[in-house]
Amino acid sequence: MTEQEPTARASNFAEVACGYTLEEALQEAERCLLCPDEPCIRGCPVEIDIPEFIAKITEKNLRGAYDSITDANLLPAICGRVCPQESQCEGVCTVGNTLEPVAIGRLERFVGDLAISERWASVPYIEPSGFRVAVVGSGPAGAACAADMAKAGCEVTVFEAFHEPGGVLKYGIPDFRLPNEVIDAEIEKLRALGVTFECNTLVGRLFTVEQLLTELGYHAVFIGTGAGAPTFMGIPGESLAGVLSANELLTRCNLMHARDFPEYDTPLQPGARVAVIGAGNTAMDAMRVSLRLGAAPVYCVYRRTRNEAPARAEELHHAEEEGIEFHWLTSPVEILGDENGTVRAIRCQRMELGEPDESGRRRPVPLPDSEVEIEVDMVVYAIGTSANPILGQTSSLGLDERGYIVADENLATSIAGVWAGGDIVTGAATVIEAMGAGRKAASEMKSYLGLRDSDVVYLPERRGAEGKRFGIDSREHNYVRVTA
Amino acid sequence: MAAPFEIVSREDFSNVTYLLEISHPRMAQAAKPGQFVIVMEHDHGERIPLTLADFDSERGTVTLVVQAVGKTTREMQARCQVGTSLHALVGPMGAPSEIGNARRVICVGGGLGVAPVYPQARAYKQNGGYVIGVIGFRSKELMFWGDKFRSVCDEFIVCTDDGSEGIKGVVTQGIERALAEHSDIDEVVAIGPPIMMKFCAETTRPHGIKTVVSLNPVMVDGTGMCGGCRVKVGDRIRFACVDGPDFDAHAVDFDDLMARLRRFAASEATALERWQGDCRASIG
Repeated sequence: MTEQEPTARASNFAEVACGYTLEEALQEAERCLLCPDEPCIRGCPVEIDIPEFIAKITEKNLRGAYDSITDANLLPAICGRVCPQESQCEGVCTVGNTLEPVAIGRLERFVGDLAISERWASVPYIEPSGFRVAVVGSGPAGAACAADMAKAGCEVTVFEAFHEPGGVLKYGIPDFRLPNEVIDAEIEKLRALGVTFECNTLVGRLFTVEQLLTELGYHAVFIGTGAGAPTFMGIPGESLAGVLSANELLTRCNLMHARDFPEYDTPLQPGARVAVIGAGNTAMDAMRVSLRLGAAPVYCVYRRTRNEAPARAEELHHAEEEGIEFHWLTSPVEILGDENGTVRAIRCQRMELGEPDESGRRRPVPLPDSEVEIEVDMVVYAIGTSANPILGQTSSLGLDERGYIVADENLATSIAGVWAGGDIVTGAATVIEAMGAGRKAASEMKSYLGLRDSDVVYLPERRGAEGKRFGIDSREHNYVRVTA
Repeated sequence: MAAPFEIVSREDFSNVTYLLEISHPRMAQAAKPGQFVIVMEHDHGERIPLTLADFDSERGTVTLVVQAVGKTTREMQARCQVGTSLHALVGPMGAPSEIGNARRVICVGGGLGVAPVYPQARAYKQNGGYVIGVIGFRSKELMFWGDKFRSVCDEFIVCTDDGSEGIKGVVTQGIERALAEHSDIDEVVAIGPPIMMKFCAETTRPHGIKTVVSLNPVMVDGTGMCGGCRVKVGDRIRFACVDGPDFDAHAVDFDDLMARLRRFAASEATALERWQGDCRASIG
């Protein structure tokens, strides 16, 4: 797949990976063996029928490929970009035993992007079930749950605290990885399915989870609020100007457009020399955003080695290509400020890997007399998040000792009629895992409501000949005239 | 039926301070004293936190009192007229103030802080408390809500820097006067500029009286997600948006708060200068 040159892209916010052309997609699709045991499907948290959609690409039935994907995943343009395919579908691909695995993620993105530019939407006629479902949070978990419940005929309302829907896809993941237009287009598809988005709504404070079930009249509730609260290390100097969480940096830059200050009002005051602490996907995003805001150098400070870095392979690779300077086996001990209370340097100590800890990774141990000072004027924390406290403060939901919502293996919470999934249950994970949780909860919610998929009157648009069924344009959604 | 976030009334207290009453029936029902909202005036705007000054579930409105200091609040002063709507309004946010069973309470409001401390004074009064109101302004011309505040107080002390109304002096002198007359004060609530809250804390500290302040640091989301509003309270880092905004005044590190409030001073100056330039250009 063509990519922007590292030197060019490090100064713009346009997408790094340009996406396949039709020829490239056909060529890549041909590499799939269509092997009978289909390990890729089992490797996908939402179980997309991968061989089927790839076979349809090779047949040049691209609309068919899109329909195959959207049976399982309504947001292919997003997942094709942000899934860690190397540890999922592509990681178990049979071709990958001997050669490069089939680039399933890139093919998915190709189909998803085509659907957006061609304005395809799988808008079926769905007989209303009479049930009302509330979804708290419009990120990947909430969006996936909303899609499945809407397809089952429920009237779905998604509540979002920010002024725009999309959750972490919008405020967290930068445009050069996932353009905001792609998110907006995918959200539009949910709206086309009948999902309502209510932004500027802080559930817990404007009304409680319990009130959703009682006075607001919802029959089932899904909570997908994400983990959220950023963590700091508690070392001296963390209140200095220029020290911030990756969440704050990314939200200011992505959602609030601080990169276009003063055209937009939200300031950021990007650093000229930036250190990002951590080596996960969020850390990579924070570093690459800093580069694009003009910082040089940008350092990654991580206490273990590249092998333990939690970031996706592609993100790490892109960050290296763009010139991030990595300080592996390095741990901050103090942030130093100047007379104005602004960051001037970060003092670190060097580490070595000792015995494995409870996570199975080798524990970093400080090396004596190894302190170094790195001169920077911005320090960004990307060392993970902890549970957002708002729903815990305002409801009787059972929480674990770290504040995450307790859910059983079916994602049911301690309140009957309320399910939860994604980062607010598991702690920080990936977009597709959150979507998988949203879909699993939706399937449990359907059985709780007594909705069997086989009972849902669901007439997929695509079954009509050239968009028509019984001579009626299926986009009118009025099959009911014929079936009633 | 008003449009979402429609401004239904406005009152200008001075050439810098203005009141906006905004339609939001659901929030009017849910809001409690001490909570705040986040406002975005237009789609290119920033999200700014403002403490609720009042809420009326019958009228279905919430009330904000705003001081025009930076670009956003001056722009709001120019653009937020009756009949216009805010781009975004989310809340109520933050933990409500704990209106306990304190019998004798001093509610202190300095300048703009008079507005957010009012709902607390009213709540103490409704709980059967004896409320001593202390409000302070630079001068009589800037004073607002005197009668409204007085109506929920058993005693009422006004302080002005220039002596044009009430005591000549700052609110800590008002607190000292109240403490001299009452030896049984259970609690002091103080809201105003950080420097005022700091001195209120120092005034009550020797007396060992529980003192609560409401902090309003820089925020983005207001839901605990960005960590921009972190404040030092005792030996802990707390997020004002979800752990507060109320904190024990004797444990708050006000110097840290004031330093963090200046984090974006350079950008704020740029934005204001540019906006004033645009205003002049559009007039000229």
